[in-house]
Amino acid sequence: MRRLWWKIVDTSGAAISLTVMIELKDVTRRFGTAVALDRISLTIEEGSFTSLLGPSGCGKSTTLRIIAGLDQPSEGDVVFAGRSVTGMTAAERNIAMVFQSYALYPHMTVRQNITLPLAMREMSRWERMVLLDRLLPSARRKSAALADKVHAVAAMLHIEALLDRKPNALSGGQKQRAAVARALVRDPVAFLLDEPLSNLDAALRVQMRSELTDLHRRTGRTFIYVTHDQSEAMSMSDRIAVIMQGRIVQVGRPPEIYEQPATREVAAFIGDHPINFLEVRAAAGPLPPPFDAFALDGAEAGRRIVVGLRPEGLRPAADGALIGRIERLEYLGSQAVATVALGGGYSVRAVLPTESGVAAVGEAVRLGFDAGRVHLFDAGSGERLAAGLVPLASGAVRPARRTTR
Amino acid sequence: MTVLAPITRLVGPALLILGAAVVLLPFFWMLSLSLKPADEIFAPGIHLLPSQIEWRNYLKAFEEVPLHRYLLNGVIVCGGILVFQILIAVPCAYALAQRRFWLNGAIFTLVLAGLLVPYHVTAIPVFLGLAELDLLNTYGALIIPFVASVFGIFLFRQFFATLPADLIDAARVDGLSEMAIVWRIAFPNAWPAATAFGIFSVVAHWNDLFWPLIAVSDPDLATPPRGILYFRDEEAGSDFGPLMAATTIITAPLVIAFLLAQRKFIQGVTMSGLKG
Repeated sequence: MRRLWWKIVDTSGAAISLTVMIELKDVTRRFGTAVALDRISLTIEEGSFTSLLGPSGCGKSTTLRIIAGLDQPSEGDVVFAGRSVTGMTAAERNIAMVFQSYALYPHMTVRQNITLPLAMREMSRWERMVLLDRLLPSARRKSAALADKVHAVAAMLHIEALLDRKPNALSGGQKQRAAVARALVRDPVAFLLDEPLSNLDAALRVQMRSELTDLHRRTGRTFIYVTHDQSEAMSMSDRIAVIMQGRIVQVGRPPEIYEQPATREVAAFIGDHPINFLEVRAAAGPLPPPFDAFALDGAEAGRRIVVGLRPEGLRPAADGALIGRIERLEYLGSQAVATVALGGGYSVRAVLPTESGVAAVGEAVRLGFDAGRVHLFDAGSGERLAAGLVPLASGAVRPARRTTR
Repeated sequence: MTVLAPITRLVGPALLILGAAVVLLPFFWMLSLSLKPADEIFAPGIHLLPSQIEWRNYLKAFEEVPLHRYLLNGVIVCGGILVFQILIAVPCAYALAQRRFWLNGAIFTLVLAGLLVPYHVTAIPVFLGLAELDLLNTYGALIIPFVASVFGIFLFRQFFATLPADLIDAARVDGLSEMAIVWRIAFPNAWPAATAFGIFSVVAHWNDLFWPLIAVSDPDLATPPRGILYFRDEEAGSDFGPLMAATTIITAPLVIAFLLAQRKFIQGVTMSGLKG
């Protein structure tokens, strides 16, 4: 069974260039009465780096475990290369996984850790037997071949010097590499990574990010990466699936997610600085303050809407539409984050440049923004509105650009 | 305060030494008697140390009864029990600790309940069963009743429950079957628990007199404590020197084994959350 499946994957991967590698079809997972995943559908392209991004407890790890075959969906189907694998075990699916805790076998050396999955796949029960493995000629031949593979992978991850150590003699970063090596060694259909960087310190995390993207480019394999860290997802992936409360809210390339968040929650989750939300009631003419320089295009009057302004999209401008006073200031070196009270109970955070001097707390500022990069959401449902802000008085703000990159 | 400090610091060790002396005295007395000449054993007055070392007691112990035979029986019985106990308890404990299945909780409750039942209670039904199977007076009668150890299942379960779930999942991803996970991943990581259990099991069965007394009457199958009894039944009831020498010989393996495994033993007991 295992052999057969391996062959199917091998040939279909080589002969037909199937672009869709992994597909989730209406996958629901219930734990008792609690619904962890609610009819999730997702296609993952061959060779892509896809991130499953969401806050903790949103169901992203459950999704990964269902793809891996460590958990089975209550309803729905998991499809690999056009073939349903629902009900198959992780080994039958031939996926590799890197765990958050690395999950290296503590009683084995790094070499044994990396060799084990290979031996399980390549060698028969008898060839793996202790003692017998030294006697059978086929076992000796195979273990020599395995040793070569292990060395090649260890060299790729620069851990050759650590092969004879036990995991508890390794640092966090070294354990991470050993875990990646164990996943990489046996040529799997896809690599699943479950928050692999969250146990590393900040500097190492940034370094491992680029090493992982590098590895993805070199191997050309499908990577599925689970994280709650939006900057990791944004910087590493081709595509991001944002999961919230057991549903996929948005799937897209990182710029799409950043520039056109599908819901208020996505907008709040993405971005280095938390986005500002200001709730106003749509009017027929000019909007109520602080947006009295704008009219609303595409939403009926009386509707409650939420205006999303990214702090990094606000900048000091002599003709800025938002007028307020700096209440709090966080100096960060290249920039400073100011909390500006706008009056009427509104306040926004803005990222201010520091090269021309830092403003002081209590100072009055005018902030301008590009009306085309404002996000509008329905206050009730949180859905993105197809509406836009239109500047009223000429010269009050820069003309709105509705185009998005 | 400063004057009292050294005294208070001495109280603890002093109490410990006193406790140790009380516990060790019978052992010391046994050792001392085993090395005393026969006439000195019954001499009036208390002499802790023999006036001269009498090694002949040890030779006599082997001459008067087949002590080597009893020791061998002890090794066979305790070894057999331990091997089967581990073969059975480890997979059971893994299933209880790491797999979700119907009645998992209920079965674990039964295991805990089983811990409360002294084996003397079931001795008669077990004896009747063995008689029915015609197994009395065999090694089987000494081994089979103990192969399923609820204590072993409990101890290993507590240990396996601390294994990270990721570790088990990683093994599944790597293509190990559940049985392979038990023996290649879970068990090798449970050495402290295995050592603790091994000591508990071997000590209990090596020292057990109750069951061998019931299940076997053949002197060739006698375990060490049962053998000592033959010793005392002989007409030489007054020959305490060789008797004490024999007792020393059968106690020694346990003491040595414990001293060697002490560190792992304490680890195993404390890590399973079981104190005592």
